[in-house]
Amino acid sequence: MPRITDTPNSKLNYRQATEPPEPGPGIDLDQELGGVEFRISTRPHITLDNRVCAGCTARRCLNACPARLFVETSAGEIIFNYENCFECGTCYLVCGHEGALSWNYPPGGYGVRFHRS
Amino acid sequence: MPKEMEVPMTAIEGGNAAYFDAVVVGAGPAGSAAALVLARGGAKVALLERGTEPGSKNLYGGVIYPAILAQLIPDYLESVPIERRITRRITMLVDDGRATWLAHDNPSWGDPAAPNAFTAYRPAFDSWLAGLAVAAGATLLPSTTATRLVRDAYGHVAAVATDREGPPLRTRMVIAADGANSFLARQAGLMKGAGAEGYTLGVKRVLGLGAEEIERRFNVASPGEGVDIEILGCTGEVPGGGFLYTNSETVAVGLVLSLTGLAATKSRPEELLERLQRHPSIEPLLHGAEPLEYGAHLIPEAGFSHWPRLGSKGLLVAGDAAFACLAAGLWLEGVNYAIASGAEAGRAALAEFDSHGAADAAAVYASAMEASFVGINHRRLRHAPRLVMSRATQVGLPRFANHLASEIFSVRDPEPKPGLARAAYAAAHRSGVSPLGAGAAVLRALRTFG
Repeated sequence: MPRITDTPNSKLNYRQATEPPEPGPGIDLDQELGGVEFRISTRPHITLDNRVCAGCTARRCLNACPARLFVETSAGEIIFNYENCFECGTCYLVCGHEGALSWNYPPGGYGVRFHRS
Repeated sequence: MPKEMEVPMTAIEGGNAAYFDAVVVGAGPAGSAAALVLARGGAKVALLERGTEPGSKNLYGGVIYPAILAQLIPDYLESVPIERRITRRITMLVDDGRATWLAHDNPSWGDPAAPNAFTAYRPAFDSWLAGLAVAAGATLLPSTTATRLVRDAYGHVAAVATDREGPPLRTRMVIAADGANSFLARQAGLMKGAGAEGYTLGVKRVLGLGAEEIERRFNVASPGEGVDIEILGCTGEVPGGGFLYTNSETVAVGLVLSLTGLAATKSRPEELLERLQRHPSIEPLLHGAEPLEYGAHLIPEAGFSHWPRLGSKGLLVAGDAAFACLAAGLWLEGVNYAIASGAEAGRAALAEFDSHGAADAAAVYASAMEASFVGINHRRLRHAPRLVMSRATQVGLPRFANHLASEIFSVRDPEPKPGLARAAYAAAHRSGVSPLGAGAAVLRALRTFG
């Protein structure tokens, strides 16, 4: 949902807002991730073993991942989408369960590509 | 985390295995500084970068303090890609809708020939610095992920395996400048025990505003100058802080969050960031800005207590991988510490090469780090990261500052004005700070920063 408002003094061309703008600078994470360049490898660089996750009640990955890539299914399984990963390392550091996550960097040239960071 | 696997030496002893005097892993500020020093010293050096270009995997809190860069590259200002020179440094203490600002304007910092600090985009800055290393003779290998260290029969690091085709790169010195996670330092057993408590998570949003609008909103004196705002009290239940700084055409706003604190709550990083953006003191600065890029990165903030062993035979660790960045509340610096540690690592490697192995690079590097501002400041400020993340600093200080300012500056005629001591006592009481607790916090701060 576009939530870009224009200021009266601005000389910039903002993206066209199609709905009435929200008053504040809201953050829709999906939209934010849509603005980031990811070169997606066909091979996931992080995999998780749900046999280990099944015994975990803390599930700190769900909350801590800045891209919210860990999602709990209704069946209680955790699924992980590696495609929009910032490769930060938060998940393996907060996890604390040996063997739950297999964590590697993506192959050279793949993964997140920042431009204005 | 990948486990170190042994590659038989025969696999890399073949005739076509490339040999380098040094292989630097990571073309960030530490790695490129190391490669630059090594190349200048005549060494054959490879500079590995897993991104398509240096800096494309890097994200930071936005300000570079270039004094050490100027020492390494005296004419750096002729080519460095600067966004804005920082001429105003603000510390903002936030409590609900209120904010108390401590601002320092320093026009001399705006001197184009000698800036104290500037903002820059890391892909541009890191690519620039790596380019200087290449110009000095280093070989940059982009889109190359180092996968493991290879050791010889004596247990010395002898090669680096990568995800490129072909045998591992043979070398007599690996410089692991592979960032906050440093899997190489972990694999080598130098970073044992660095868990979540050693790190913070930085999340950052870059918003387009345009140069004129930035100069108007942030009231900067002249084009090319800018503002750096550090914010305390804006991260809810999670220990951390916020930042807001100006680039040429964009502003960056973000948070730094304790990893353990984040994991212990149900707070989401972007929700906390949104809350900061909605603060009445911040919202007018960002209103209507166009979201351009969002990102996150780990910061090894724990400081000296978490420094790994800085090297072993054939391996040196530099930059974020060595926990070299300084997160001491008053001072939030990283790129300068990375550059300094990388340059020292490069010099130490050269010392070993030039002495034909009589000098041990790891020992030379460790003492050089100890003697440089990197080691001195880190040792001196070793208690600062914990103090900054303590409840007294995180909650007590911003509440107290705002209650005190409100107590002093609210005019309540016909009530007589309170004396300053009484105002401070009342502010402390309202902030939930006991006189004893306040005294202890002041003593701790003096011990940490004195």
